[in-house]
Amino acid sequence: MLDIRNLNARVEETEILRNLSLNIKPGEIHAIMGPNGAGKSTLGNILSGRPGYEATSGEIEFNGKNLLEMDIEERAREGLFLAFQYPVEIPGVSNMEFLKASVDARRKHLGQPELSSFDFMKIARETSKRVSLDAAFLKRGVNEGFSGGEKKRNEIMQMMLLEPSLCILDETDSGLDIDALQVVAAGVNSMRSPERSFIVVTHYQRLLDFIVPDYVHVLAGGRIVKSGGKELALELEAKGYSWLEDEVA
Amino acid sequence: MTEQVESLIRKDYAAGFHSKIESDTLAPGLDEDVVRFISAKKEEPQWMLDWRLKAFRAWQEMEEPTWAHVHYPEIDFKALSYYSAPKSMADKPQSLDEVDPELLATYEKLGIPLHEQATLAGVAVDAVFDSVSVVTTYRAKLEEAGVIFCPISEAIKRFPELVKKYLGSVVPQKDNFYAALNSAVFSDGSFVYIPKGVRCPMELSTYFRINEMNTGQFERTLIVAEEGSYVSYLEGCTAPMRDENQLHAAVVELVALDDAQIKYSTVQNWYPGDKDGKGGIYNFVTKRGICHKNARISWTQVETGSAVTWKYPSCILKGDNSVGEFYSVALTNNFQQADTGTKMIHLGKNTSSTIIAKGISAGRSNSAYRGLVRINAGASGARNFTQCDSLLIGDRCGAHTFPYIESKNPTAVIEHEATTSKVSDDQMFLCQQRGLDAEKAVSMIVNGFCREVFKELPMEFAVEAGKLLEVSLEGSVG
Ligand SMILES: Nc1ncnc2c1ncn2[C@@H]1O[C@H](COP(=O)(O)OP(=O)(O)OP(=O)(O)O)[C@@H](O)[C@H]1O
Ligand SMILES: [Mg+2]
Repeated sequence: MLDIRNLNARVEETEILRNLSLNIKPGEIHAIMGPNGAGKSTLGNILSGRPGYEATSGEIEFNGKNLLEMDIEERAREGLFLAFQYPVEIPGVSNMEFLKASVDARRKHLGQPELSSFDFMKIARETSKRVSLDAAFLKRGVNEGFSGGEKKRNEIMQMMLLEPSLCILDETDSGLDIDALQVVAAGVNSMRSPERSFIVVTHYQRLLDFIVPDYVHVLAGGRIVKSGGKELALELEAKGYSWLEDEVA
Repeated sequence: MTEQVESLIRKDYAAGFHSKIESDTLAPGLDEDVVRFISAKKEEPQWMLDWRLKAFRAWQEMEEPTWAHVHYPEIDFKALSYYSAPKSMADKPQSLDEVDPELLATYEKLGIPLHEQATLAGVAVDAVFDSVSVVTTYRAKLEEAGVIFCPISEAIKRFPELVKKYLGSVVPQKDNFYAALNSAVFSDGSFVYIPKGVRCPMELSTYFRINEMNTGQFERTLIVAEEGSYVSYLEGCTAPMRDENQLHAAVVELVALDDAQIKYSTVQNWYPGDKDGKGGIYNFVTKRGICHKNARISWTQVETGSAVTWKYPSCILKGDNSVGEFYSVALTNNFQQADTGTKMIHLGKNTSSTIIAKGISAGRSNSAYRGLVRINAGASGARNFTQCDSLLIGDRCGAHTFPYIESKNPTAVIEHEATTSKVSDDQMFLCQQRGLDAEKAVSMIVNGFCREVFKELPMEFAVEAGKLLEVSLEGSVG
């Protein structure tokens, strides 16, 4: 699915990711944890091709293709999805219009016909229900005036509609109340399939009680300093990160 | 994103073809003989010629205004031709079957169906090609309702009393330099009359097209809505691509009598010049309406074309409780310049006006909003709400706002809001991460920005306007 080999990456002039390697197979969920500023969001940005983030060396293979050579929208259409840590507002553009355009772009790429407005509306309404967003949110501007939690649920709704093959969730749990957390987790779990993989970036073990990962990695100082199974998250919860930094040093 | 924004694709101006139609074009030049020639060509009565000559003499004493935030080389008014008519119009066609097929093809290319059966349901069209009205559709049906919708040249002959009474009543001959010129040499345009209490049964629409080289187009539109009547009028404009600049100086007058309502929508897509700023239409337009008691005039405009735009659709709120509205989207790209806005003149009591102006600048273009809200001493209880938003795409363009507020009545309530924003990198990235290409992303963000104005447009026009923005923005991102 995704194979990152010896990736070095920088933002502006600063080296952030150092010699990072990570292999994700179809159907797996990888949790990434680590202190603030470790480079977790940077990894998501590099993978999705955000301008300003540059891979200086290393390789990334996504579904057998060279990811670093692809445009942002190509990666998206190919099935890479990033749920943003801070979703941005697009005033005046209705959520429905935006979602339909993205779904159409993906379908077109996959050689499927565009959905009629009627069919799309039906699917969108059902999906909004699944993330407990009132259908009225479909008519509102993209994230316009949404609360923090509503924005995050909107991200999950987009993910469900786009049916990506690789979902990167960047702190989708932060700022969510308990109920919303369950909604998001249920959404992710309902999408688990042998063909779909997830990278879940989080600071809290709590989320991983609901979304049970296959692997947990600790990212610190731009590198993966420890990898383990789901029990690693519990250990981190109890001990923090400093012991790991000592271990690496 | 800036670089990305500045180098995207550039598609050709879709309306930029030139039709090979034989035409009768007057040699360049401007003097009283030209005015007489036009009047004679149109077989006008003496009073009309006198009216034109009065305007011409006034114009000769006037100076071209220079206060607008636009720059262009001096226009040599004597180097222009003031009359051009497709030859086949000499004996004006009585029905569509008699219209030159080339001409019909031209309108078809523009997506303007003149064949009645193909016409969008419920839209009557008057097409003005260069200086002449080519054809007006659905006339019979309109006349049944008592609505007059015909070329103004015809109205001068058939309804002289109406024309005499209202022509120049809102925009006098001497109003300004371009209005005076228009009054002297206008060749055609549309005339609309809605009788008392009648709700016009369909949208009325005029399409203007400049085809000939070195000609100016000076159309004149007059809309009179009698007491308690209603009309929605749409205007669309295109021109071929030419390296020379072409002049368009129109005058539109609206008269809304007591309790009447006029909705006037424009989608203006005159050729804006090429990406280096060569060619394009100079668009100097005077549009003004007068509202009597309880009347309402709404101007909605989407301006994407022209090299230089100078245009301030205005409302004189004369009657008590009358309402003026101005909804505008002005988009400039490459080297386009626009100085546009509105004037709301409150004379009557409890008059109210709303101004929503959206300016979008891309490339190296400059757009300015210029608005005047004047509350006269007698206009107690007057209210105005103005909202001016500018959206910048890239960092080589400019947006300027010149709001003028003159209030002589302490009971007036005037609110003004202004914002400037940019298409942000984060918005672009969100769209692209969801699979949209950069162009689609920009046009979507821009359309969202214009939403408040688009929702004021009649349905078919709103769709057209959205597409037009998309095309006009091509070349602004990449
Ligand atoms: N656009 C940018 N310009 C400059 N520095 C940046 C930029 N983006 C990230 N950085 C820096 O890169 C480092 C890694 O940031 P990143 O956002 O990836 O951390 P993170 O692990 O996601 O942290 P958090 O847990 O706080 O979200 C930080 O020091 C950050 O300041
Ligand atoms: Mg982060």
